[in-house]
Amino acid sequence: MNKQASALHNLDEVRAMIKRHKMNDQIFSIIGLIALMVGLLTLLILFIDLVMDGYPKLFSWDFYTNFPSRRAANAGLLSAWVGSALVMIVTFISAVPMGIAAGIYLEEYAPKNWFSDFIEINVTNLAGVPSIVYGLLALGLFVYILDLGQSIVTAGLTLGLLILPVVIVATREAIRGIPVAIREAAYAVGATKWQVVYHHVLQYSIGGILTGVIIGMARAIGETAPIITIGALTFIAFLPPSPVTSTAPFLNFDWLTSGFTVLPIQMFSWLSRPSADFHVNAAAAGAVIIVVTLLMNAMAIRVRYKMRKKIKW
Amino acid sequence: MRSEPNQAESTVASISRKLGTCLMLSAVALGISACSGEQAETRIVRIDGSSTVFPITEAVAEEFQITTRIKTTVGISGTGGGFKKFCRGEVDMTQASRPILHEEMEACKAAGIEYIELPIAYDALTVVINPQNDFVTSMTVDELKKMWGPEAQNVIKSWNQVNPAWPDRPLKLFGAGSDSGTFDYFTEAIMGKAKSSRGDFTASEDDNVIVKGVAGDIGAIGYFGFAYFAENQQAIKAVPIVAKAGGEAVSPSEENVRNGSYQPLSRPLFIYVNAASAEAPEVKSFVDYYLEHSTELIQEVKFIPLPDNEVTAVIEHWQARKTGTGFGGEPEVGVKIEDLLKRI
Repeated sequence: MNKQASALHNLDEVRAMIKRHKMNDQIFSIIGLIALMVGLLTLLILFIDLVMDGYPKLFSWDFYTNFPSRRAANAGLLSAWVGSALVMIVTFISAVPMGIAAGIYLEEYAPKNWFSDFIEINVTNLAGVPSIVYGLLALGLFVYILDLGQSIVTAGLTLGLLILPVVIVATREAIRGIPVAIREAAYAVGATKWQVVYHHVLQYSIGGILTGVIIGMARAIGETAPIITIGALTFIAFLPPSPVTSTAPFLNFDWLTSGFTVLPIQMFSWLSRPSADFHVNAAAAGAVIIVVTLLMNAMAIRVRYKMRKKIKW
Repeated sequence: MRSEPNQAESTVASISRKLGTCLMLSAVALGISACSGEQAETRIVRIDGSSTVFPITEAVAEEFQITTRIKTTVGISGTGGGFKKFCRGEVDMTQASRPILHEEMEACKAAGIEYIELPIAYDALTVVINPQNDFVTSMTVDELKKMWGPEAQNVIKSWNQVNPAWPDRPLKLFGAGSDSGTFDYFTEAIMGKAKSSRGDFTASEDDNVIVKGVAGDIGAIGYFGFAYFAENQQAIKAVPIVAKAGGEAVSPSEENVRNGSYQPLSRPLFIYVNAASAEAPEVKSFVDYYLEHSTELIQEVKFIPLPDNEVTAVIEHWQARKTGTGFGGEPEVGVKIEDLLKRI
């Protein structure tokens, strides 16, 4: 009798406990949803606001093919988006092969000793260094010591340094996801270390690596502080020399040393104008930057999805 | 594991192919738009400096480039940053919202850089209030000093503390950031000492923040360059300034600045040209163009052009290539441009 009562009592307790836990779950999911919405809605409202403010400019072709001008109506993004694109090419070429190679080395080749640990800690910390510090480093190193000037190559290398840790970390994460069994199987049939890395590890992790690369590039395209530090221009109404020419050898590297401006700087410059007409341009430029970033992130997701589908273990 | 190595290999190959195509495509797109690469190489005219003067130089550079096809670039590093680059010989000329100072003169001298100082326009620092503020009709320099001086910090908090005739309404101050030439000139003109100001006000390098702040509060007051007032006249109201006790209150306007009656807050803006660069035909024709065509462009971007006689004096000064500064490294308020040019 007593036993039964205590069992019943126990059952009530358990029920109460389950109820309480379910409620806790619910409370947490609501908090989580609110947290998600704060981030998402902020971005959405910001984006809608920019698009509404910049509407007249955003859908006009002239906005993308005109140079900056003192007249808000004629002012366009041409030198800024060309500058951003060229800087991104340099950034890609400088950071990506180096970052992937470093990642592979740290993950596959480096002996596990204090020195590797030291490098590892450094790389992780580098990813958290404020971008203005990279700008100051670049001003001292690239502009004054190496005498590269306030040019596209300086900006590209600076942003390359900035995203290098991101690429390294992404590469390592992706490589770590490959099961050891794959490597062992390859070794078992007599593959060399490089064959294992190139034919297997790299093939299966390339999706993850590219995702990291694209997200790094998306970060770099919106960076303003380091680019201002190295001395980007505000008014530039001509384009750098074309990288491709009609005569042999068809490639021209003069554009690397040309002055430039980039999208975020153009936007900032318009924003600080006295005339409200320029604020429309600034809003449109802001919307363009967000769209480019979102497109790059979407591309990263797509690449990862397609690559995953190809892997058949 | 069913995946075959060659399939995996083709994945990498196809990715690198795709990336390659991507780069090629963007390169071709750039190639098409960059049609100016075929022209004969000319020297690029490089300009940097004050963001206040930027709109004028930008307008001149835009027109100059359309007329002559000579390439011109303009950066905004601020007056101080501009002089740093100028004295390292990185730019052909720098824009300045105040004259060159002692240490900058030393830096230029050490680098062997000589410069030609050219006043190109006036700006009127404008004190602005909310349009619904009906109790302030004018302000004396002493009142501004009482309001903005370092002694006012944490003490002067309402309007009636400045002038008993004004109501007991909280005073909201908006001013220029301490790195700007505007801040330097305002403090020099009002307090008699550059950078001497109370610290407890909303400081912004972006003057649009000041416009918004003053437009949104009846008790607010702020100051900035004339262009920001001219472009926002519906949202804010300019305060006429009484230079000396018992004098007349003068509003900031093109006429009052040009006839010298808007004192002490009207200031000249300058360009400094590197004397060695001035030998280059591109730089020479740019400065010629600047001095000859700036009057209408300056009006268009809402600054105040020099009177004709002063323009003539500046052009003569430029043609004689007289180097050096008329200020001797000290900021100075209310100087006449003709007198200034005679000093060199």
